[in-house]
Amino acid sequence: MKMTAAQALINCLKEQDVDVVFGIPGGNILPLYDAMCKSSEIRHILVRHEQGAVHAADGYARVTGKVGVCLATSGPGATNLVTGIANAYMDSIPLVVITGQVPTTMVGTDAFQEVDITGITIPITKHNYLVKEPNKIPLAVKRAFHIASTGRSGPVLLDLPRNVLQTEITYIQPTDLRLLGYKPTLKGHKSQIAMACDLIMKAKRPVIYAGGGVIASNGSDILTQLAEKISAPVACTLMGLGGFPGGHSLSLGMLGLHGTRYANKAIMECDVLIALGVRFDDRVAVDFSSFAPKAKIIHVDIDPAEIGKNVKVNVPIVGDVKMVMEAMLERLEDKKEEEWLARIEEWKAEYPLKYGPSAQLKPQYIIETIREITDGEAIMVTDVGQHQMWAAQYYRPKTPRTFISPGGLGAMGYGLPAAVGAQVGAPGRDVILVTGDGSFQMCMQEFGTAVEQELPVKVVIFNNGSLGMVRQLQEFYCERRYMAVNFNRNPDFVKFAGVYDALGLRVTAPEQLPGALEQALKTKGPVIIDCVINPEENVYPMVLAGRPLDQSIDG
Amino acid sequence: MRHILAVLVENNPGVLTRVAGLFSRRGYNIDSLTVGRTENPQISRMTIVVEGDDLVLEQVTKQLHKLIDVIKINDITSEEYVDRELVLIKVGADPSVRGEIMQIVDIFRARIVDIGRRTLIIECTGDEGKINAVIESLKPFGIKELVRTGKVAMLRGHKFTSINESREDD
Repeated sequence: MKMTAAQALINCLKEQDVDVVFGIPGGNILPLYDAMCKSSEIRHILVRHEQGAVHAADGYARVTGKVGVCLATSGPGATNLVTGIANAYMDSIPLVVITGQVPTTMVGTDAFQEVDITGITIPITKHNYLVKEPNKIPLAVKRAFHIASTGRSGPVLLDLPRNVLQTEITYIQPTDLRLLGYKPTLKGHKSQIAMACDLIMKAKRPVIYAGGGVIASNGSDILTQLAEKISAPVACTLMGLGGFPGGHSLSLGMLGLHGTRYANKAIMECDVLIALGVRFDDRVAVDFSSFAPKAKIIHVDIDPAEIGKNVKVNVPIVGDVKMVMEAMLERLEDKKEEEWLARIEEWKAEYPLKYGPSAQLKPQYIIETIREITDGEAIMVTDVGQHQMWAAQYYRPKTPRTFISPGGLGAMGYGLPAAVGAQVGAPGRDVILVTGDGSFQMCMQEFGTAVEQELPVKVVIFNNGSLGMVRQLQEFYCERRYMAVNFNRNPDFVKFAGVYDALGLRVTAPEQLPGALEQALKTKGPVIIDCVINPEENVYPMVLAGRPLDQSIDG
Repeated sequence: MRHILAVLVENNPGVLTRVAGLFSRRGYNIDSLTVGRTENPQISRMTIVVEGDDLVLEQVTKQLHKLIDVIKINDITSEEYVDRELVLIKVGADPSVRGEIMQIVDIFRARIVDIGRRTLIIECTGDEGKINAVIESLKPFGIKELVRTGKVAMLRGHKFTSINESREDD
């Protein structure tokens, strides 16, 4: 069939089951928008800044498990995507990012709005293509979706020159991907799995350390079965939250720098550590040399490069986390180490997450109230900073894909556009963005997108008039020399909502909060709740730099 | 320790940037890198000489494998292999010393490939030791210009670095 390459691309997107894309048009991507104009099957969400497009596609991908797609024009459109691409890369989120490019005849001439986006994004994409031949577009798109969504998923960028998009081609669906060097290992090695199971059966103090890989592989149910079968407590990473039910008796919550003390103690005392879809990140291990010192470590991950990268492991298993867990379940027998579980319970009783009762509006209380009012059924999206850690500690998400947080890159500004994307991906559900006044102001223009698209995102701003996490770092590591952390002139966020004819509420005392939340949830459109909190509030527990994990401090 | 990696990659634009960028970004040290087409024009072959302990090499190899364009990596350091490098040396050569230089060229089984009024260009192939030795021997005459290719290497006998695993000769 004859059509323009742009039209062929739209066809390819439909074949990949894409029903929504996020983007902003511009000169060099015009032919693609023109082709989309003629096809009503793909919904286009017009954002306000390209960073919003890529974060929204990311939020959409995390909630749905599908590949998120975003579009931008060449030059500044493309460079505005960079933070979001890096964010998705660090958290292994499947995205196909499509950018326009100057015509092939102009490439390399510093033409208007030309930038070498494939060069710029080499280190932050799983792969990228500059497609110079129009008839290769169908193959490039198919490869992009395949690479983005298989193995360790991640973002793939397609850079498409304007004249390439305009050229008429004979559209043929590609059958063979011809990717000679790309064959992810899915099934774990049998004898390695057997070795792991032997270790687990002999373990007296087993602990599971679960990360984003559990969710990415859709293995959450299997993880619950595995944990229950061997009665192993489960500590989740920030990316793993929701991968194991937060309220489960075997749940240890989050581990790491701001993890629960009982999770961290369990890591330091365990004799077998079962690491599932994790990468021993420095915010988890804090100090690599003292991490899990008494444990034999089993590490399951789909990316061989993660195994042995930061921490030496005893039983490496390369494979899809879900498939490996299934294979383990077949071999393992029921077991229960009562003594160990009793110790865990003692730690939970002795070192619970706590915050003082107060007449003040406590940030931890805000998260707990959100959990109570939504019954933990809402999708919680966070930004980056103190509020993110309080959310990670207190929300205890029950199911996968309901706690959406930028883990690896820690990109402030992620929250609002990601919440927009999450709401697009889960139209019937409550989506609550927990953010700070600092993070919110980095992408607050996307509130307009939410209003325009009638996406009823509820924005809860933890407003301490400062960059709270940085302030906390300066308190601990700079002897309270506070530098450039206070916003002396913040906007009135209630009025900000009003500018868009949206509902804005201010909460300054704890007793106002439940009512405000309920009112917000009943409201059809987006709502901002400006929660005024104490700027002196710190995130605890906290492991100071270079200290072992079990020596965290409380306030 | 120095390792020699034979790497097969898809002959796509940008593949060299991807590989070289990976090394600099992750802080690995490249001694030399050569690249050229193989018998299959769609596949290029790189010979990368990299410095590092076993842990570093493990990471280098794994990270290289993550590049979609990388098809196969073979660390041939501990195997039997042939390696060669080529050098071109422009050396100061007044008529009075030409005889002496030509003797050195003969000893190393190198070749003179250009004669100027006051210079000679000498071409020499060999392993690293030989190349270094010929350079040392020519230094006293004044080396005006020098270019070397970096190492290329190949496994001896019936072992192969090819898309299909090692196979027997027929």
